[in-house]
Amino acid sequence: MDKTKIGEMLKRLVETDGPSGVEAPVAAVVKELASELTPEVRVDALGSVILRKPGAENPPGRIMLAAHLDEIGLIVTKVEGGFLHIEEVGGVDPRILLGQEVTVYPTGPGAEQYPHGLTGYIGGRPPHMLSNAERKKATPLADLRVDLGLQAAEMVRVGDRAVVRGPYTELLAGRVATKALDNRAGVAAMLGALGYLAGMKHEWDVFAVATAQEEVGLFGAITSAFGVAPDIAIAIDVTFGATPGLKETETVPMDKGPAIGWGPNMHPGIVKRLREAGDALEIPYVNEPIPGGSGTDGAAIQVTREGIPTGLVSIPIRYMHSPVETVVLADIDRAARLLAAFISRLDATVLASLPEEV
Amino acid sequence: MADLRAVLEKLSNEFGPSSHEKAVRGLIRAEIEGLVDRLEVDALGNLIAFKAGFGPEPRLKLMVSAHMDEVGFMVLHIEKNGMLLFSRVGGVDSRMLLAKRVVVGDGRIPGVIGLKPPHLTSDNEADRVPDIEDLAIDIGAEDDKAAGAKVKVGDYGTFATRFTVLSEDPAWPIVRGKAFDDRAGCTALIGLLAERYPVDLYAVFTVQEEVGLRGARVAAYRVAPDAAIALEGTVCDDTPKAPDEDVSPVTRLGAGPAITLMDRSLVSHPGMVRLLQEAAAAEGIAIQYKQPALGGTDSGAIHLTRGGVPAVTVAVPCRYIHSPASILNLNDLSNTVRLVAAALRRVESKDLGRETP
Amino acid sequence: MLELAKRLTEAFGVSGFEEEIRAAIREEIAGTVDEIRVDVLGNLVAFRRGTGGGRRVMLAAHMDQIGLMVTHIEEKGYMRFAPVGGIYPLTCWGKQVRFTDGTVGTVGLDGRARRDEAPALKDMFIDVGATSRAEVKQKVGDVATFIYPFVAQGNAWFASNHDDRAGCIVLAQLLRDLKGVAIAHDLYVVFTTQEEVGLRGATTSAYAIEPEIGIALDVTLTGDLPYATPAMEVALGKGVAIKVQDSGMISHTGLNRLLIAAAQAAGIPYQLEVLHAGTTDARNIQIARAGVPATCLSIPCRHVHTPSQLVDRRDVEAAIALLKAFLAGPIALA
Repeated sequence: MDKTKIGEMLKRLVETDGPSGVEAPVAAVVKELASELTPEVRVDALGSVILRKPGAENPPGRIMLAAHLDEIGLIVTKVEGGFLHIEEVGGVDPRILLGQEVTVYPTGPGAEQYPHGLTGYIGGRPPHMLSNAERKKATPLADLRVDLGLQAAEMVRVGDRAVVRGPYTELLAGRVATKALDNRAGVAAMLGALGYLAGMKHEWDVFAVATAQEEVGLFGAITSAFGVAPDIAIAIDVTFGATPGLKETETVPMDKGPAIGWGPNMHPGIVKRLREAGDALEIPYVNEPIPGGSGTDGAAIQVTREGIPTGLVSIPIRYMHSPVETVVLADIDRAARLLAAFISRLDATVLASLPEEV
Repeated sequence: MADLRAVLEKLSNEFGPSSHEKAVRGLIRAEIEGLVDRLEVDALGNLIAFKAGFGPEPRLKLMVSAHMDEVGFMVLHIEKNGMLLFSRVGGVDSRMLLAKRVVVGDGRIPGVIGLKPPHLTSDNEADRVPDIEDLAIDIGAEDDKAAGAKVKVGDYGTFATRFTVLSEDPAWPIVRGKAFDDRAGCTALIGLLAERYPVDLYAVFTVQEEVGLRGARVAAYRVAPDAAIALEGTVCDDTPKAPDEDVSPVTRLGAGPAITLMDRSLVSHPGMVRLLQEAAAAEGIAIQYKQPALGGTDSGAIHLTRGGVPAVTVAVPCRYIHSPASILNLNDLSNTVRLVAAALRRVESKDLGRETP
Repeated sequence: MLELAKRLTEAFGVSGFEEEIRAAIREEIAGTVDEIRVDVLGNLVAFRRGTGGGRRVMLAAHMDQIGLMVTHIEEKGYMRFAPVGGIYPLTCWGKQVRFTDGTVGTVGLDGRARRDEAPALKDMFIDVGATSRAEVKQKVGDVATFIYPFVAQGNAWFASNHDDRAGCIVLAQLLRDLKGVAIAHDLYVVFTTQEEVGLRGATTSAYAIEPEIGIALDVTLTGDLPYATPAMEVALGKGVAIKVQDSGMISHTGLNRLLIAAAQAAGIPYQLEVLHAGTTDARNIQIARAGVPATCLSIPCRHVHTPSQLVDRRDVEAAIALLKAFLAGPIALA
């Protein structure tokens, strides 16, 4: 495993569409990529992919990594000739939709003819037809239409999904812009960690879970954590990277490594050990204070069953929830190495110590 | 009652914002170690104490809880000029932040949240309550290096209020301090542990109530009680109103323990409400009902665990909760202990059903 | 079914206070199931044992409707209240409400409210015709709601609480229709409580039952009102709606596929539903324990959360028919 391999995995993952609730195509890619890394794979009732990499013969504990599989998207609410009305799947800012190309995945009569989906465009009304005041206002989602360029669209029905296109684009300084960094970057980091672990000893059993439906309610995390019942857990997600115009208190620096979350959702003993792993192996990281809910799978996992000591490792990205999300590839690799380092250092003393560290 | 006051004072003065309750837990532990059969701390930091019942088997398992955490702050950023930018942990009332004394970090560093003097405040600014993002904690450091030597990003903070006694009159004994929500509940729970009951008692001092009832949820899952009572310090709005305003005070100081019928998190189990009403009548304890539909408590999380738990909340009325200082009547506190103790002595399976078939 | 509809829509049941409706349902389904019990949260759990080799299926409809809880009784006998569940203030002023003991009152608007603006609940009160607090029988904590006579007018059914008595009617009628019919699956038909205040009854009952499949029966909005926005392709009278997504959940794709196939095979009219705002018990059934494939069959309903709600009896019949068709054979879910 190395930075290049992680970059390749990321590309495969972001180029596969899988909005919340219909993650199967991305799950298939995860299973394929994981096949070299671990023998045990299963998919649970909600579609989360659960990979197990066994540790020692009698492992002192089980750790669950969680990185959500799903991306935000759109869902068809009405077919009007060749135009589609849409609703959001997860948190979509309607302002970014204007002028975007989308892929629509039909399931109606004749849909088999479009295995790669249909192309649609969200054009909006021409500026020439709008007043100055109207041009300054955002168009609400209910007023946007996907134009398929067809006179009729019998192959599309209510409930069909669409994803905004955001092709993988290399920028300067090792940065990449693409849709779905939230959270394919996290999934790539998680698979990268498994890859790094292949060359390291680790006593604990590792369950790497690509969770379903995070964007609509952390549902995959809730149910997979219940099923796996780990002793500790680390959620891997993205966070707000420093961007001109945003306050320092709202973001973490880019290209300085992953952010280790600190706050009510995180167990101090897990945070301590994440920082120690980074320090020991000279993997750069930053600290991210999170005084409220983290809004990630970790928040749900922490309160599963009898409670699970949880940590959060986040990859900084810019322009979250848009098709131009931007990341420093090296930060994904650093996250993968940090997780592998943390896991390899887990031993038989951890579980007994954690209650004293909270 | 003097005992309860001393315990409340210690707990109120201690530092324990949500998820950082260690110091409070340590104090409570010391208070109850000799009174219980078993003590454990779970994955989130809940303190779970077990006191076996003396009744015949099979015994009911009762969980009585109080939360250790108070609302507070977290340092988000140290500015170049040494000021600390901060955020709230739990529902700190924005209006309460201006011109207050706080303590920050495990070093308990004193600081103040300042405000532009009125002389320099424009008319339209004077009406607005500044957002927490526009405020800062001043610990007296001239620059970020000096500040960084004393505190760090991620440090927690609380108001700096010290406990005081406002009235020693036994008919109207009043005290003032921070975090009565829910150190009052914790004190009552400690008071309850002085006695052994027919039922098995799990006295659970929970964490992170103020940020989503999080500790109670996992503690209840672990304990799997047959019924639960949460002890709280709750809203009391009994200050004098305008003559033509006929409004509910929510609860009233001195009118006794306040029972929750319904709040935003829970419709109390009718059997548990009846149990408390009958216990109150039998013991001659005056009770009141908290105005419905306000707030949420640990019972909200507890009653939905596993297959469901009959639950109710009993609270000590506290004026000015979620502010630097609350005020309560110690008789309400001691009567809360008496009421719940009486309930624990009387509770039976038949109280936990839902209806006559 | 008209008698059943009348009985269930005219019984009192507000979130947390479902005694009367639960007793009514219990009587209506007597003799159709193997076991009935009431759990800690008041859910009515009716168990119908299958012939064997089938799945463990949970069907859920909520018994509670939204209502008002007395929070303060003024000196003059006017009762201030808080909403129990999602009450639109616009639907309250001037309406008659009924308490559990049959006491009737009118929701009044006090002098602070401006008649030309949308009213707020805090400016309203319940007037039972008393002149002082001493005359009022009610106490803080008592609940009232809108209960009006059920009316069938052609295919249109009017009631104050189709949300979700329509769902309860579907399940009760289903149980009656299945009497003597061999079904392989174990059915847990749960009439849940406290849905309107947070899907609470469904949460605990799904945990206890551990179903393999969960289907909620509830109402959904329609997109056929004037100037309806956002667009919604669900209309009254066009069949039972199979929910794809609402604001709280995304239905299990495979389960929906089976239901759609069953509807198509049996020629049952159905619609596909995407609901912009609102969710159902299915959400919390889906995330019970390690997860449950779940969806919701919705009865299209106009004027939801108002005191006069409207469904089409053909849609109710379609829901019952679809459940029968779905449960008739094996459920081939991976």
